[in-house]
Amino acid sequence: MALLPTLETRALSIGYRQANGASRTVASDVTLALRPGELVCLMGPNGAGKSTLLRTLSGLQRPLDGRVLLEGQDLHAMSVTARGQRLSVVLTDRITAGMLTGYEVTSLGRHPHTDWTGALTAHDHEVVRRALDATGAGLLASRQVAELSDGERQRVMVARAVAQEPVVMLLDEITAFLDLPHRVAIMRLLANLAHERGVAILVSTHDLELSLRTADRLWLFGAAGRIHAGAPEDLVMDGAFEQAFAADGLAFDRDAGVFRTFEPTRGVVSLVGEGSVAAWTARALERAGYRVAAGGEQAPLRVEVQSGGDTPRWLLTGNADDTSVTSLEALVAALRMRELTHPTR
Amino acid sequence: MNSVAAGTAVGSTMTPAAGPSRASSTGIYVVLAATLVTAFLLELAIGAVRIPLGEVVSILAGGHTEQETWARIVLTFRLPRAINALVSGAALGACGVLLQTLFRNPLADPFVLGIMHGARLAVATLVVATGVAGPAFAARFGDLGTIATSAAAAAGAIGVLLLMLAVSARVTTVTLLIVGLLLGYVCIGLISALLHFVDEVQARAFSQWDGGSFDGITRQQLFILMPLVVIGIALAHALVKPLNALLLGESYAATMGVSIVRARVLAFACVGLLAGPVTAFCGPIPFLGLVAAHVARGLLHTSDHRLLMPAAALTGAILGLAADLVTHLPWNKHFLHLDAVIGMIGAPIALWVILRRRQMRALEI
Repeated sequence: MALLPTLETRALSIGYRQANGASRTVASDVTLALRPGELVCLMGPNGAGKSTLLRTLSGLQRPLDGRVLLEGQDLHAMSVTARGQRLSVVLTDRITAGMLTGYEVTSLGRHPHTDWTGALTAHDHEVVRRALDATGAGLLASRQVAELSDGERQRVMVARAVAQEPVVMLLDEITAFLDLPHRVAIMRLLANLAHERGVAILVSTHDLELSLRTADRLWLFGAAGRIHAGAPEDLVMDGAFEQAFAADGLAFDRDAGVFRTFEPTRGVVSLVGEGSVAAWTARALERAGYRVAAGGEQAPLRVEVQSGGDTPRWLLTGNADDTSVTSLEALVAALRMRELTHPTR
Repeated sequence: MNSVAAGTAVGSTMTPAAGPSRASSTGIYVVLAATLVTAFLLELAIGAVRIPLGEVVSILAGGHTEQETWARIVLTFRLPRAINALVSGAALGACGVLLQTLFRNPLADPFVLGIMHGARLAVATLVVATGVAGPAFAARFGDLGTIATSAAAAAGAIGVLLLMLAVSARVTTVTLLIVGLLLGYVCIGLISALLHFVDEVQARAFSQWDGGSFDGITRQQLFILMPLVVIGIALAHALVKPLNALLLGESYAATMGVSIVRARVLAFACVGLLAGPVTAFCGPIPFLGLVAAHVARGLLHTSDHRLLMPAAALTGAILGLAADLVTHLPWNKHFLHLDAVIGMIGAPIALWVILRRRQMRALEI
């Protein structure tokens, strides 16, 4: 891409200075670039340093070494007003906005653009209204922020960050409080802001599946404070994704792009069936600890989906008696029972 | 700039056309102003000698009055006291809002944060050193004694503020709040220890000043107090924008163009200008700032400082006048002190304003 980065880091070291003069480095030699119009998801295990990086990029924390450039200027050397006009954040800090309405909190986003009294012009009101509408927070405008749910309050804070009309938005754990529809909605909103308004957006999140599907690129905290940057698909294929989240009892399925909670260890089952019923049967089998046999492979157990009638039935055959069940719950229970009476190991 | 398609968001609707309504707050301002004028006139009319309101107005207008003594009572005794109660009350009300937002704590006020205890310690030290305190003891050392007491109190208040300012750049808000509380406790301990070394006359001298009262202020003192408070309240109003941003916390404020260190320095300077001279001339007046801030917030239903700051100053002035009026009602014995009245009347008013709100969460600053 030929576009100049909106926000970039040069040999950046992030971490904390301690009182005795020593410092704790979270990541060093970080050189990254956030370009206009892209949505980047910042991912990594807990404690990897996502929040430290976001705080450093937003100017709330000084780097141990190196520089952060915002539109080519040193972020930590520019005035707070100049910074506020170009960069807005949504943090995980719990806000207690006292007695302010959603509208008033959103209009605080206009602060870097208003005079010393903070008085809003007609244009400012217009920007605030558009930000509220764009973030679906229109109904929250007249309500007291203290009375909103965590998710609603989060949405008002995003509206405020949009009303700031920044060139860069940094959002920390934005989807943590939200249910799935709202998570999807807010990620689509951010993608829209990036792609249509050209805002450069960085979101830290634990939501693997959503960020794999929505982000233009990922910044992935790997082992030893290294940050991998790339398209989600590239990072999945070259294994960076698996390494970042490597843990016992967690296996990454590169084909499906999801993490499997348990390694199949209890045996192999050959599955006969088609469509979504067969797909969900496979998931139930995996959850129960069985691997579904590949085509042609011999397996000691066999599950056949019989979808002839109104409701599906499952026929479990093996070296014991055949069992016919009418739900996956019953199928898993039958497999467990079989393990107890015919131990395989 | 392109607008994002509103349809992409969940539950999107048109936003109400205007911001917060100012119609209701205008009404509250009118009521507050009317109450202030009434309280001011009553303060001049009521006392050991009751003077008809019409006479009070005509005396103030410089007109003719039936009794020369009335004019003397109103102009010489009651008017300075009323002006003092109004100006000091307004100063403490503005201080209350300022400190509560700065520390994001509904309990912050100049008394709680040790600022007034700093003043008390300085005056106690002066008493021990000289045996002089307060306007009541001006007789012993004349104006010099009064000036020394006021100077010591102001120095003590500003000293505690400077100590807090010195650490403020390096610590979080909560730590700073605790620093203020602890400085206050240190002062209280030192005062208690110091008072062991004074004789009965000195102890009475200290407790007379320490009682806190709008009485006995001189014209000269008013000419010092009034401009300082006017400047302080003007500065407090100049800070409404950073104070509004600080409602979201210091991190958010810092990303919205607010320099936190500068805001703290200016706010402390403002508190010094307001609470310093008030404590110097009136003695420590506990909780008035705290109560005024909560009453103003409860009446206006907003934390927006553009509306709140003037309302808190007005409410503080009314509370100062009302509390002083109660202490000067023609009781058989003069038994009510200012702090007793503020505690017995101000606190229940604040409680009522706070408790009638459904959501206690909104109390968080």
